[in-house]
Amino acid sequence: MEPLLKLNQLKTIFSTEKGKVTAVDDVSFEIHAGEMVGLVGESGCGKSVTSESILQLLNEKTTNYEGKILYKGKNLLELSEEQMRGIRGNEISMIFQDPMSSLNPVYTIGNQIAEAIMIHQRVGKKEANLRAIEMLRLTGIPSPEKRIHEYPHELSGGMRQRVMIALALSCKPQLLIADEPTTALDVTIQSQILELIQELREELDMGVILITHDLGVVAEVCTRVIVMYLGQIIEEADVKTLFKSPLHPYTKGLLKSIPHLDGDRTQKLNVIKGVVPSLQDVPSGCRFAPRCDFATEQCHENPPELLELENGQKVRCWNYEHILREAKDHAVTTSENK
Amino acid sequence: MNAKSIYSDEKIVSNQHQYNKEQRSLLIKRILSNRLMMFGSIILILLTIVAFLAPVIATQDPLAIDASSRLQAPSSEHYFGTDNLGRDLFSRVIYGTQASMVVGISVALISGFFGMVIGLYSAYNRYLDHVLMRICDGLMAFPAILLAIAIMAALGPKTVNVIAALSFVMIPTVARVIRSAALVVKEQTYIEALKSQGASGIRIIWVHIAPNTISQLIIQLTYVFAISIIIEASLSFLGVGIPAPDPSWGNIIYEGKAVIYNAWWMTVFPGMFIILAVLALNLFGDGLRDMLDPHSKK
Amino acid sequence: MQSLLQKTNDERPLLEVKGLKKHFPITSALGKVQGYVQAVNNVEFTLNKRETLGLVGESGCGKSTTGRTILRLIEPTSGQALYKGKDLFQLKQKDFQKMRSKLQMVFQDPHSSINPKQRIGRAIEEPMKIHKLYDSKERSERAMELLNKVGLRGDQYYRYPHEFSGGQRQRIGIARALALNPEILICDEPVSALDVSIQSQVINLMEELQEQFDLSYIFIAHDLSVVRHISDQIGVMYLGELVEKAPTDELFSHPLHPYTKALLSSIPVANPEFKREKIVLKGDIPSPLNPPAGCKFHTRCPYAIKRCKNEEPVFKEVAKNHSVACHLID
Repeated sequence: MEPLLKLNQLKTIFSTEKGKVTAVDDVSFEIHAGEMVGLVGESGCGKSVTSESILQLLNEKTTNYEGKILYKGKNLLELSEEQMRGIRGNEISMIFQDPMSSLNPVYTIGNQIAEAIMIHQRVGKKEANLRAIEMLRLTGIPSPEKRIHEYPHELSGGMRQRVMIALALSCKPQLLIADEPTTALDVTIQSQILELIQELREELDMGVILITHDLGVVAEVCTRVIVMYLGQIIEEADVKTLFKSPLHPYTKGLLKSIPHLDGDRTQKLNVIKGVVPSLQDVPSGCRFAPRCDFATEQCHENPPELLELENGQKVRCWNYEHILREAKDHAVTTSENK
Repeated sequence: MNAKSIYSDEKIVSNQHQYNKEQRSLLIKRILSNRLMMFGSIILILLTIVAFLAPVIATQDPLAIDASSRLQAPSSEHYFGTDNLGRDLFSRVIYGTQASMVVGISVALISGFFGMVIGLYSAYNRYLDHVLMRICDGLMAFPAILLAIAIMAALGPKTVNVIAALSFVMIPTVARVIRSAALVVKEQTYIEALKSQGASGIRIIWVHIAPNTISQLIIQLTYVFAISIIIEASLSFLGVGIPAPDPSWGNIIYEGKAVIYNAWWMTVFPGMFIILAVLALNLFGDGLRDMLDPHSKK
Repeated sequence: MQSLLQKTNDERPLLEVKGLKKHFPITSALGKVQGYVQAVNNVEFTLNKRETLGLVGESGCGKSTTGRTILRLIEPTSGQALYKGKDLFQLKQKDFQKMRSKLQMVFQDPHSSINPKQRIGRAIEEPMKIHKLYDSKERSERAMELLNKVGLRGDQYYRYPHEFSGGQRQRIGIARALALNPEILICDEPVSALDVSIQSQVINLMEELQEQFDLSYIFIAHDLSVVRHISDQIGVMYLGELVEKAPTDELFSHPLHPYTKALLSSIPVANPEFKREKIVLKGDIPSPLNPPAGCKFHTRCPYAIKRCKNEEPVFKEVAKNHSVACHLID
């Protein structure tokens, strides 16, 4: 089956005062219809820039793209601005982290949704209003007929995010990019919103890219996970494999550094040493090498390629086999000791 | 690890030096890349040099009356021609530059100082804010130039009075800008942190809020400078500014008004200097704002 | 267990908060008070030396206000906060300023919590200057020592805040809070603005510092897994009220209040094979301007009965150290 979206060696390069910065470096992945893919990593890893590159939302004066972004076989980078406008919000939609600043405060929410529908679907105002109400109902907003007359500031954070989702989905897009959609929300509201996105994905058979730093959220809702570090993909696997047997030392470190609900409280948390380097001075070999416990001379000198294993898992590490073996040995010895 | 070696003085200093160097080269790069600002700054520097070196640059005594050479057109002897009393216009405009720069800088400094104090205290104290800002509102209700004329009429035409009147007129504008900048700073978490450490109000205002409003103040003062040049010229034009026979751009134009059809040079040259100075200040101010306050950049 | 009479100074809790209330007045345009927002209502807890109390809840539940009221950054409406037996709320401003050195705060946003125009060394010296401690050379030495203690280098003393990452700035914030040798640190969401791998560094640092300086923490956060890791006891707040308080393990193994249960079940778990019964709460958190009558949680509670709508439940101890406010637990 042809993938919905295919990134082929995408590079996003910013020109800054201090020179060129490659924020996204050789990123390739595929998204199929009906699948929810998690894009995780820490700040500065390029996850948000990747998503903004897909829709070309970055400042065109200072940004250069290389590679291909194939949406249903069409390269989005070759489309004109006009053609892109037909794609944005219509076929590919985006939800942002901060629902307050993403809604226009001077229009009612009904107006904003209806306008999006009118622009893209060429329907009359009445029809658009009806559809707006329908969308709001779909996102679980009670009595949407009344709510469409309200302004964004009259709604709570959770409600606003629902409105954002309604707005993003109003044209029944085939691909939804959700950039930290629940980070600004409370946990009980977060689970409502995640559940909602899940339901809508099934109902509309959308592909969803969920960008987040929260591994818990990824584990709960995604089918496949892509881990990024300093502009590169360093590991990709289906969700079960990734959480059960992560290969890259960075993924391992991340998983171990979050406190688990069933973890031993007296034990110290695992720590990845150091800090994420700035994109201006990317390490010359493996980008994670300076923070990696397993780094060898080779890691510091040569950048590793993203390798695909038999089970479809991808990893960018020179020593993954060695690390894997060690982990197995360790598992055997600990179980013997018990 | 030996703790001493970590913060040996040489290392700190060398690290810091290198960092400062980088920052400075970045700043210079930014200034150079902003052409309009470069243009503004060059003109400003030239005008300042002219003001300082007026006695050297001026070819003749600006007050020397020569009845035999009245209203002469520009020539190699009188670059800008002569006025209705036969005085050398070039020298008068040069000395006028000095007058305008002195007024502009003094007004900027005085209104800057008082505006800052008033702005900071009204941002910090709610009750003071009510009183001070209502006074400012009242003053701002009058057009600046009208207020300045009224004050000058009361005080009499004198350079010191011009400075006093303009400073008084400008204080509310500066105070407003500083107040709004300070209100933003006041909401930052570090101000709350200082309160939690038990810092006094005076310390918070002067050590922590004030330095964070300086960039806004400087930007505002460039505009104040420009406006006071215009108002000073207007006052002098109306005869309530810098008194004759001392030259100022404004009173030269006033004298030229009567003979505007026979001696264009008397209005055009000082007029050009006013335009140049104001334009340069505005370009410089805009450039500064773009550099110091990146959020307002388009 | 000892009787109350036998309690000596040492065994008295370090901090005892009783009946803490903060009601913000809502005024009309003419300055007439129209009503009150009950930001904090009847909160009570005790904190012992070297202990960590976690305060959790969703936005608007009053957990941050509680922390700030204890420090009198917000003046309380009523209640007591007994620090070593002395009521902080009864002290005159001047006397309280001196007490501030014992209670310090770590803030959430590492980007706005340090003056951008001040070198970080100076920022750490600032509290010592305010309290006129040490001479200038001693202050610098102490600032460098504190930088080392929080895992930064002494030679970073002369740097400006913008040269540091979020995690490093949070370390600077902690160093600054420690400058006055406090006994209690009130930490308002200290790690929630940080990246995952940096969070664990800061949490470990806070645990080490607690050991080293005998600190007590009030740890305010919304992330339950982080709070669980660091806290000895946890208080759960909802709409300004403490609804449940228990030792950490007890709270996680036997949550009693329906809200606590829902909160625990909505934490995303980083294990795709972990399946559990999720309690997804209906609706939104009501506005604290206009809280529901009776039990404030009844509008979202899946188990609400008639009594919950009319009668406010009392916060009482149901097991050792385990208190809860719910009509269903009797």
